[in-house]
Amino acid sequence: MEALFSMTTGVLAACGLFLALRGRTFPVVVGLTLLSYAVNLFLFSMGGLTTAGAVVIEEHGGDYADPLPQALVLTAIVIGFAMTAFSVILAMRARGDLGSDHVNGNRLDEPREESS
Amino acid sequence: MDHLIALPVLLPLIAGLGLLLNREGPATPRRIIGLSATALLVAVCALLLVQSADGTIRYYALGDWQPPFGIILVHDRLSALMVTLTALLALGSLFYASAGNDEEGSNFHGLFQLQLMGINGAFLTGDLFNLFVFFEVLLIASYSLLMHGGGKARIHSGFHYVALNLAGSALFLIGLGVLYGTLGTLNMADMAARVPALDSSRLALAEAGAMLLLVVFGLKSAILPLYFWLPRAYASAPAPVAALFAILTKVGIYAILRVFTLVFGAQAGTLAYLAQPWVWWLSLATLALGGLGVLSARDLRTQVAYLIIISVGTLLAGIGMNSIEANAALLYYMVHTTLVTGGLFLLVDIIAHQRGKAGARIVRGRAVNQVALLGSLFFIGALAVAGIPPFSGAVGKALILEAATPAQQLWLWPILLTSSLAAIVALSRTGSTLFWRVSGGERRRERHESGERDKEHERDKDSERGQRRVGTMRAIGILLLLGASPLLVIFGGPLTAFTDAAADQLADQEAYISSIIEREAPGDTTGGKP
Repeated sequence: MEALFSMTTGVLAACGLFLALRGRTFPVVVGLTLLSYAVNLFLFSMGGLTTAGAVVIEEHGGDYADPLPQALVLTAIVIGFAMTAFSVILAMRARGDLGSDHVNGNRLDEPREESS
Repeated sequence: MDHLIALPVLLPLIAGLGLLLNREGPATPRRIIGLSATALLVAVCALLLVQSADGTIRYYALGDWQPPFGIILVHDRLSALMVTLTALLALGSLFYASAGNDEEGSNFHGLFQLQLMGINGAFLTGDLFNLFVFFEVLLIASYSLLMHGGGKARIHSGFHYVALNLAGSALFLIGLGVLYGTLGTLNMADMAARVPALDSSRLALAEAGAMLLLVVFGLKSAILPLYFWLPRAYASAPAPVAALFAILTKVGIYAILRVFTLVFGAQAGTLAYLAQPWVWWLSLATLALGGLGVLSARDLRTQVAYLIIISVGTLLAGIGMNSIEANAALLYYMVHTTLVTGGLFLLVDIIAHQRGKAGARIVRGRAVNQVALLGSLFFIGALAVAGIPPFSGAVGKALILEAATPAQQLWLWPILLTSSLAAIVALSRTGSTLFWRVSGGERRRERHESGERDKEHERDKDSERGQRRVGTMRAIGILLLLGASPLLVIFGGPLTAFTDAAADQLADQEAYISSIIEREAPGDTTGGKP
């Protein structure tokens, strides 16, 4: 399970990083979103991975899931969600205001909507 | 329990929420609420500052969950100094904003208060995950404030700023995850207590987590390879926002100072002070490039932004020197540079508006309306920021230069003094271009030659220029920030005594740890809660 989990996290992070380095705003936003998924999974696994562990500590002891990473990841998800929403709106605003969806605002090979 | 410690976070939160509800209608009620909340914040912070002077480290356990299990806010000399500095800077820029900048877009005052909440929270928190949460609070408010009023330049630099900080937040979470995985806690005092007992197989992992945190804090504080976003973002931000942003880089510096002297401080064995050598060399390079940037800036706002880079380099060099004297010196310099660069951003805005078409570009242009007032303010600000004797910059830089050991002096003295020289050269050139090389004589001829349309344009500009005179509110804002510079010299004795004591307290990790957790019965699994 550890191998599968770490591979998933790694692939997500790699894809996110690749997309975040692209030149257009849409891939950048998607890339940052994937990166935040990878980070959330990583954070989630920090208490150690267990299968069939109790959610809350049981009376007779035994395996139980570390509750803290769950709480941390919940906070991180909420924050990441808000940030994604914000960056999507920002990218749309940049497309409208700058007349281009390139992260540098302009590209010669792209027809400009306004010349100013 | 002493509830005063929570007020610097709660007060802006309540004021901010109230201001978000009251979005329409005349601006005056919002200004009154914003200004009175910030004035109250200054009073609360001053009270905390006085309280912290006795040297005890107090903490506030939210919901009365005792550390290391609950979230805590920690109040010591350093955090009291930082929140007071924030409140003063905020008051100055809010006075300035209330003269008209706040109505260029919506929600200025609400976002401003939420930003203050994030900054104060980051300075007060005693929990590393909460530091992340407060970072996000201040960042999301800063995203919106950066783009307050709209415009191409702001949207453009805003997207870069947002994307970079989102990537930074991802790194922050990875670093936190690694540290939680190895140490099993996120309460800073508890972490500091556990680092020495760390299993040797996990040392490398903890080191990786710590270095990731350094990258994130470096991005926030704009250290060398990570500062390229700053000049553009700060230059395009609205003036009062740019002035408040002068404290944002210091949040990163504070975080480096706190984490790498407390958690990875002297007691941390092989991990002791692992960031300081990196910070030392990178800060010197930052200083050198900041000096070049100041010389090459062709826009007044960019120039002030590069002055921030120089101040960041100076402060981080203080951290890199890694001694109590250096920490004390950098705290004094931090107070000075935050207030003065904030004041300069406000002043530059006025100058840019009074120069009509030339704006903030450093070119021959028309004279400003109030030459005597703006000229003398610029003179004071430039002397203070470059570090010329009668003002606070000289004291701060002298303290930092003096704190260096002979081996460090070899590097620090030439680089810091050369970058100061660069700042002096650049600022004197700027000042003479702005105030002396004015095209007053040519103005009439130009008007005469140009067509009707240009005359119309000129007249529009004139009326706009009339509106942007330094009114009472703007003058209060600028004077509050720039006026701090001579005051910092006059009251230099008590202030340096305080910063010395704060640096001593910072160096004493044992006192910090034992005043927050009981060493006899350390928590067994978990530390902070989100």
